[in-house]
Amino acid sequence: MKVDKASRYTRTHEWVRLEGDEAVSGITDYAQEQLSDVVYVELPAIGEHFGKGEVYGVVESVKAASDNYMPVGGTVTAVNESLADEPQQVNTDPYGAGWMIRFRPDDPAEIEQLMDAASYEEYVSSLEGAH
Amino acid sequence: MSYVPHTDADRREMLAAIGVGSVEELFAVVPESVRFPELELPEPLSEAEVLEELRVLSDSNADLDHLACFLGAGAYRHYIPSVVQHVIGRSEFYTAYTPYQPEISQGTLQTIFEYQSMICGLTGMDVSNASHYDGATAMAEAVIMAISVGRGKRRKAVVAPAVHPQYREVVRTYTQGMGVQVVGDEDLTADIGRLAERIDGDTACVIVQVPDFFGGLDSPETLSALADAAHRAGALFVVSVDPISLGLLKPPSEYGVDIVVGEGQSLGLPPSFGGPYLGFFACREEYVRRMAGRLVGETVDSQGRRSYVLTLATREQHIRRERATSNICTNEALCALAASVYLAALGPRGLRQVAELCYHRSHYAANRIAQVPGFAVLDNRPFFKEFVVRCPIPVEEINAELMEWDILGGYDLGRDYPHLAGHMLLCVTELNTRAQIDDLVMALRIIGEGGGE
Amino acid sequence: MTEKLIYELSRPGRCACFLPRTDVPPVELPSEWVREEAPLLPEVSEVDLVRHYVRLSQLNYGVDTGFYPLGSCTMKYNPKVNEEACRLPGFAQTHPLQPEDTVQGNLKLMYELQCYLREISGFAAVSLQPAAGAHGELAGILIMRAYHLDRGDTGRSRILIPDSAHGTNPASTTMSGLEVVQLKSDSRGNVDLDDLRANLDDRVIGMMLTNPNTLGLFDEHLEEVARLVHGAGGLMYGDGANLNALMGIAKPAALGFDVMHFNLHKTFSTPHGGGGPGSGPVGVTQELARFLPGPVVVRVLDEEACTCRPDDEHDEFCYRYELSQPGSSIGRLKAFHGNFGVMVRAYTYIRMLGSAGLRQASEDAVLNANYLQARLKRVYPVPYERPCMHEFVLEGRLADAPGIRALDISKRLMDFGMHPPTNYFPLIVHEALMIEPTETESKETLDAFVDAMTRIAEEARTQPELLRDAPHTTPVGRLDEVRAAREPRLRWKPPAA
Repeated sequence: MKVDKASRYTRTHEWVRLEGDEAVSGITDYAQEQLSDVVYVELPAIGEHFGKGEVYGVVESVKAASDNYMPVGGTVTAVNESLADEPQQVNTDPYGAGWMIRFRPDDPAEIEQLMDAASYEEYVSSLEGAH
Repeated sequence: MSYVPHTDADRREMLAAIGVGSVEELFAVVPESVRFPELELPEPLSEAEVLEELRVLSDSNADLDHLACFLGAGAYRHYIPSVVQHVIGRSEFYTAYTPYQPEISQGTLQTIFEYQSMICGLTGMDVSNASHYDGATAMAEAVIMAISVGRGKRRKAVVAPAVHPQYREVVRTYTQGMGVQVVGDEDLTADIGRLAERIDGDTACVIVQVPDFFGGLDSPETLSALADAAHRAGALFVVSVDPISLGLLKPPSEYGVDIVVGEGQSLGLPPSFGGPYLGFFACREEYVRRMAGRLVGETVDSQGRRSYVLTLATREQHIRRERATSNICTNEALCALAASVYLAALGPRGLRQVAELCYHRSHYAANRIAQVPGFAVLDNRPFFKEFVVRCPIPVEEINAELMEWDILGGYDLGRDYPHLAGHMLLCVTELNTRAQIDDLVMALRIIGEGGGE
Repeated sequence: MTEKLIYELSRPGRCACFLPRTDVPPVELPSEWVREEAPLLPEVSEVDLVRHYVRLSQLNYGVDTGFYPLGSCTMKYNPKVNEEACRLPGFAQTHPLQPEDTVQGNLKLMYELQCYLREISGFAAVSLQPAAGAHGELAGILIMRAYHLDRGDTGRSRILIPDSAHGTNPASTTMSGLEVVQLKSDSRGNVDLDDLRANLDDRVIGMMLTNPNTLGLFDEHLEEVARLVHGAGGLMYGDGANLNALMGIAKPAALGFDVMHFNLHKTFSTPHGGGGPGSGPVGVTQELARFLPGPVVVRVLDEEACTCRPDDEHDEFCYRYELSQPGSSIGRLKAFHGNFGVMVRAYTYIRMLGSAGLRQASEDAVLNANYLQARLKRVYPVPYERPCMHEFVLEGRLADAPGIRALDISKRLMDFGMHPPTNYFPLIVHEALMIEPTETESKETLDAFVDAMTRIAEEARTQPELLRDAPHTTPVGRLDEVRAAREPRLRWKPPAA
């Protein structure tokens, strides 16, 4: 499993990182592996506001559909439209080309309170151990 | 007995392999107080006896092979080409389950793909699913889909009074727990022109039937204008169509429709006292992921050969569970196969011919009936194969007398539309010969003379 | 082996039907309504049409082809006499809106079928209207909701559903505007009683329970579960998908259920049709009868026909049958009266088996499943080791063949000429293979299945690629489902000119 050192993580397997005064978010390498081949990503409208933990979209494989949760509250400023034609970018480059939304966080400082890469790795290995 | 093959010796061997002394032991977990109840059912019959019993029941009905049928109102008698029964009688089709294992289900999968293609070809829409239970439930599913397209924020369905009364009832049954308001048909005398007034920002969809329950056709311009009004308000425009009429009439795609539903029984299925029938459902491509029901898509196999598979299944209950677009699982696959064979047998020209025959014969009947003293045909709009006749005596009485002539009369509209008491909905298809129509006219004349005074 | 699409066989001008000519004076067509472009339908000759569909049928696998142990689907043999019965002209050629006095035979058949289903299940009333199992579930949940609302209890909105349930249970709940609360299963595959207690309160409409459940297990605490749910004011819904284990074994009403749907296309031998039509009647206790979807068929004394003297016993000629809407009905669930053609088949089946035959069917269904479980548990892991009912679940994984999944085993079974079990369901078992042999399979067929499964387990260790690339002998190989979902092609389009 790959992690991105510059990102913070949620327990629902989203990553988020600040770029200027906006944040970018997507799903983690672990999440895409669990889903297998992504075939469709449903994204929100630009300008929509979501609170922390609210569902902003859905990512689907052939046999599963999984909700995407907002890592912190914010207003969507852009969505990755290229996923409509090439959803497989979520599998091949989850932290880069497979990004899902950009948003203006209500409180950027909240992001710092999420797990860092090391804690997320620990969290994932605890999940694996549970099986 | 029971279609079970086991001999007692088989059972003994199997019990030994399991390690129990008797079959009863396998049921030890069932609470003893209720275990092995005596079922009071009639004594079992042999195959010959059961067929005899069923023949007696069947013969006690007045069937349409022995009556001239002028009854429609949502279930129709059209000719079923002989090939239809032979194809759906192939037991490789009818004894298969839903095609979850595509490698050994290409027959079912390809026929569904062809069915989807034909429904799209007929309606002009982009996408069709594999079927619903019937036209009424397809309409209810259209309402639920429209609410989903409106992201659950729009909670109103505007329904024309001239939509089949039972369909309107089913829409209400389906949505009773969802907090959806079904409006538009409170005043059953209102015409389609008044429907636009009911559309507002809370409207998820507007539903009409074409031809409507009374058989009548509003102009394509009227329907387009209603579609525009719906779209301006952000609502979807849904129509229920008679598929036979589409051999002749403009497809719904030409008057701004977002979802097309309808009853496919006319396409190769006998009336069968109300079922099994076939709900068809087609929509614009952009809504495909909010559609209910099964979808078959084209793909390739491991060796690159074109093949077919159930797809976009994440919409469905077995994956999405409480967030599925619908609970539908079993649908009407074999009926959809019958419809495909029917449409393939007729082709565009055959279907046009059936539709024209319906049109000409129903107009011949209407023109003749209009001349019978005491009867009048409501002819303010064009109609396809059904039309409304005002009768001089109660419809029920006329129908009882027609039965003496071996004629099954029309539908008593007063049952659902109080202002149309004494009005009959008559249906004429390509199976009603001129001789049958002439008999009907003569019968009505005599009945009218007898009871009209 | 593949077959062209029927559109690819099409040539302009061909037709496979003979239609009558117009024998009435033609009238002018409504010009604004006439379509300019003909509908995009194929044009084929009758012989080409027949060959096309016959070839397609040969790419299919049905119960008539071979063993079909698809768990939860009850793929029993579909008797041929049923097909003959439903095509009798009085059944197939009657209109649903005909006057009731012209269809007394149909109404009597429906009435008797209602009675048979009542007797088999122990419920007080049955409506035949729902067209499928999920449709019956929707009816049942709406009935439970209506019952509470009718009592003036408006605070209930939750349905408890075990994690082993069919997906239709939660989906039907949502369609009824209610909330799903998922319950855990315990280590023996029963409903976890602690979890049930923790979630029971005055917000609960009821519980949906499949019994035997989708693991093929009869819940060992069923009476306690029903007592607890009833104690909290809730109702018990039975998912009748697994009724094939219980005919003459126990009446669901006696087990504590208040509502249940039947699957005539599972338990009562009507064919599945490649995905329908089915029929999903719903049965209820006396207390709930007035909420049933309608119409139902009732029998009334026919004053005109009855010539009995006051002390005579009425016979069947004294009655007539009528369609009737229950007093507080949740409403109509489909147009007309239900899937009548399917009812005729189920009626035929019940009439031929009678009470002893139905019990024999359930006993042998359970015997067959236990026999397979006993033999296969030596080859594959069994998650819950206790006697099963009519089906059971194996884990499709082997400790010494780590790369092999349940799916590979299923696909390889096709090469042995058998239909695979249900895969990956129930969700609570890893790599689930859910096996339901049904009562109509002989010991030889079951033994052949055990042999195939044993040999596949051996191949998994020695030639795993044989499984991973399977099937090898089917008309097509494994399909690219990802491609189908990423670029949906859902209809034929004419090639660009």
